[in-house]
Amino acid sequence: MAIPLIYNLRSVRARWASNLIAVLGIAGVVAVFTAMLAMARGFQLTLAESGSPKNAIVLRGGATTEMESVVTLDQLRVIQDAPGVAHDAGGRPLVSGEVFVVTAFHHKASNSDALAPVRGVSDLALKVHDGVRITGGRFLRPGMAELVAGKNASDMYTGFRLGDHPKFGGRTWTVVGIMDSGGSAFDSEVWADNVVLNETYKRPDNIFSSVTARLDSPASFGAFKRAVTSDPRLTVQTEPESSYYAKQSRAVSTMIRVLGFLVASIMAIGAVFGAFNTMYSSVSARSREIATLRALGFGPAGVVFSFLVESLVIALAGGLLGCILVLPVNGLTTSTLNWQSFSQVAFAFRVTPDLLMKGVIFAAFMGVLGGFLPALHAARLPVADALREL
Amino acid sequence: MKYVHLIWANIRRKKVRTLLTVGSFAVALFLFGLLATIQTAFNQGVEVAGVDRLVVRNNVSLIMPLPYSYKERLLQIPGVRDVTFASWFGGYYQDPKNFFPQLASEKETWLKIYPEYKVPPKEWADFLADREGCIIGRTTAEKYGFKVGDRVPIVASIFGGVWEFNVCGIYDGTRTEDDTTQFWFRSDYLEERRTWGKGQVGWYVVRVDNPDDAPAVAEAIDNRFSNSSWETKSETEKAFAAGFVKQVGNIQLLIMVIGSVVFFTLLLVTGNTMALSIRERTGELAVMKTLGFSDRSILWFVLAESQAYAVIGGALGLAGVKLFTLGGDPTGGFLPLFYLAPSRMLLGLMLAMAVGALSGLLPALTARRLRIVEALRRI
Repeated sequence: MAIPLIYNLRSVRARWASNLIAVLGIAGVVAVFTAMLAMARGFQLTLAESGSPKNAIVLRGGATTEMESVVTLDQLRVIQDAPGVAHDAGGRPLVSGEVFVVTAFHHKASNSDALAPVRGVSDLALKVHDGVRITGGRFLRPGMAELVAGKNASDMYTGFRLGDHPKFGGRTWTVVGIMDSGGSAFDSEVWADNVVLNETYKRPDNIFSSVTARLDSPASFGAFKRAVTSDPRLTVQTEPESSYYAKQSRAVSTMIRVLGFLVASIMAIGAVFGAFNTMYSSVSARSREIATLRALGFGPAGVVFSFLVESLVIALAGGLLGCILVLPVNGLTTSTLNWQSFSQVAFAFRVTPDLLMKGVIFAAFMGVLGGFLPALHAARLPVADALREL
Repeated sequence: MKYVHLIWANIRRKKVRTLLTVGSFAVALFLFGLLATIQTAFNQGVEVAGVDRLVVRNNVSLIMPLPYSYKERLLQIPGVRDVTFASWFGGYYQDPKNFFPQLASEKETWLKIYPEYKVPPKEWADFLADREGCIIGRTTAEKYGFKVGDRVPIVASIFGGVWEFNVCGIYDGTRTEDDTTQFWFRSDYLEERRTWGKGQVGWYVVRVDNPDDAPAVAEAIDNRFSNSSWETKSETEKAFAAGFVKQVGNIQLLIMVIGSVVFFTLLLVTGNTMALSIRERTGELAVMKTLGFSDRSILWFVLAESQAYAVIGGALGLAGVKLFTLGGDPTGGFLPLFYLAPSRMLLGLMLAMAVGALSGLLPALTARRLRIVEALRRI
């Protein structure tokens, strides 16, 4: 027969002070663990959401990022005629030649210069990047020194509010619009006209960093790729925009995750020690009680099970508390240097239900690990000796 | 000192509990050491920065080049002793994952500016004689198994094509914290093979006569080139490196938050353990007091015990980190410099002792206040 659960619950309450300490210890570990995962997740999602599966990005063969790549206007014209490219109502092929540079802007949070991505776009940019919406002002006009700032860029850097006149590259610009792409990497970018940007940065005319083509459907990518990679006039490579951005996030999110796991697993060992200590003291303080239970006819397996349940209760309480503690970081926006694009990317922590679930499972695991030996110890107590004590 | 055996007996009383308490300290200090190591790794550039060096780059951003002609003009500025330059090559070996920095640097001046790097004279002479030569840092050479005499193909993702280099030598740093992951090759070779951007360099590094004048020299340089089509931004190497650390984000804050959570938890756990173990010994302590041990010596017994846990556990934890860092960078290239500085070890040990003293204080005071009559009556 199993020992009633109420016995464990009451025991937890009776020794609330030392149990509370174990709960706090586990809560701390779960909070840090989940927060680190939420950070890696947020970064990954930010870049993953930047790419659309319906878009193909074309770079010079061998280039790993837009910044290293060069595509000429002649090549862009060839790409416009490739099969699978979508057209707008006026029959224009939805292909955008883009110039990608980084510029040092004053970053408010660190009060120092940070590298910001500046993208030179064509008038088709909003049709190609259809996740981007203008939420304030208007889109820039071709040939003008006008900027559209992503909403995170506008918040992060000094002088990028709507109507501001930032100076860079030896020119004074006007911020005419604010764009919102729902948290993707475009929100950290500042957009300008591609011809004006080329001129400002003393780059040769008619040279782009990358070309993004809108396809009829994701399924058209195969035909598009065959056409652009086999054309002798082109020396380019292409991949779906979504996979390009996924690759961009890999290095930083791996680093966050490796460090996060390392830190959380060491903290977990500490918390298991704490839980172990609490349970162990609680067992030795209760030797008479346990012996009485045994004398009443509860078997050793029942005792082991009962103590495991008790430690699980403590651990789960800690896990839930940890999850509650970590909730406020959800949506917290921070930024880091993405090495692939060599510029700042703003991202928000994303505490998703599956991460919370992972935190609770982690807590349960710590509880079982911390409770197992003390439970065995409790079951092994010699009944007669324990009852004779005092 | 004569009571050492008494304290030792108390420590050995409950072996499991002792083990767990020492273990908690070891784990916490292991984490402390690891966080300190990560922080050092992030700040590595700041710590090795030469006080007499300025980095001169294009005012627009680091990726924009500067003209080669600036070299002579920089040398004319008062206070400037030497000038060298480098360009970022941005290639990779076999796979984009195999990242290490490749710099096209000026062979005549490079080591004058960076005296902390050591290359055997014969290897350096070979490098000067071989247009396609390269010098590789010890860490990178060992990681990929490059040896002197090898021919190494590097995929040039910025300049295009595959470039092959002859390994002429391996360089070492003179301090542990020096970066030995770089790959240097000759700027004249880059100039010869590049198809665009000829006559341009990535950035200049200037050595000043007197480190105290560094800010003034930086200002003089920027003024010299202001209103030209290539404006410069000059700053000390330290400020330049610190700017990079800031861009990565607020690592310092993250480390402080995690560190405090851990220490707070540790304080609770050890405080709890000490309190439990003192409560169990109430009768015993009363007997000791009856035998004539003063209140103060009882206080010291308890404090000494928690201090012993702290020191033993702390030392074990820090030794663990030391061993762990010998294995090198766990992130695979992100933190090229991964080592635990002795100053951090000392700080860690002091923190452990502080936590030990704090967690032992309350039980120790209880023990000191213990009244013999009441304690003995309880049983």
